Amino acid sequence: MANHQLNPNNWIDLYSDYLFNYTISRVNDRVIAQDLVSETFLAGLKSMGNFKGEASERTWLISILKRKIIDYYRKINSNKGKAEVRMTYNNDSESDGDWLEERVADPFDKTAEDNLENTELGNAIYDCLSKLPQKQAEVFKMKTILGYETETICNELDITASNLWVLIHRARTALADCMEENWF
Amino acid sequence: MKKSFLFISCEEAKHICDKSQYNEATGWERIKLAIRLSWCRVTKAYSNRNNKLTDVIEHAEVDCLKNDERNNIKQQFEKELAKHQ
Repeated sequence: MANHQLNPNNWIDLYSDYLFNYTISRVNDRVIAQDLVSETFLAGLKSMGNFKGEASERTWLISILKRKIIDYYRKINSNKGKAEVRMTYNNDSESDGDWLEERVADPFDKTAEDNLENTELGNAIYDCLSKLPQKQAEVFKMKTILGYETETICNELDITASNLWVLIHRARTALADCMEENWF
Repeated sequence: MKKSFLFISCEEAKHICDKSQYNEATGWERIKLAIRLSWCRVTKAYSNRNNKLTDVIEHAEVDCLKNDERNNIKQQFEKELAKHQ
């Protein structure tokens, strides 16, 4: 039964950081990761007709991104690329259009337990971050994930240092509650 | 009321605790926080949870886009989106 619907107007705001985090851990290059995320959104737009509604919007975009990452490694033909192609694409004979949602749960995607746990932890953090008000999430990401100086954030967002710390406090409290519920 | 030289409120302690997660608390603030932590269970619980959150985020090695990077992607995407609508 088709439950999920696509709304591309919100894709960048809702999923760009999540997809970027997923990509950067696999390609280790910010510029390439941005290109792949951008290509993923564009490919998603083009193949909206193939979406069956069985997976969530985010899961569907991730499945496109996985394909993009594999294509990237194929292109550069590195040893890492060959290994990833072997791991994730052991049968290539599927028809176009069906592979997207079928590829979502790939049991060979990760081998090391630690990496898998980190990925799940990253997902849990992003799930919790997505529940925060936009301003709190933005300030928290800039301060905690990107490591910006307080002054830089205040200048960029036009807020005072006191405002920043209030937003950080609220974000941390809400995140800790959410992580406690879902992870700790 | 005159502000105490050494003893701080729970709210102030939480604020210092938040700042110390980013190494932005001064030495004097850290001393005041340590004193508060020695007897206040509420502050201690908050501090433990806060430290745990910091550890988890560091452990996960999460990353995200900078604003200008996100805006570039957004601009490109919106051009294509306009063609589709």
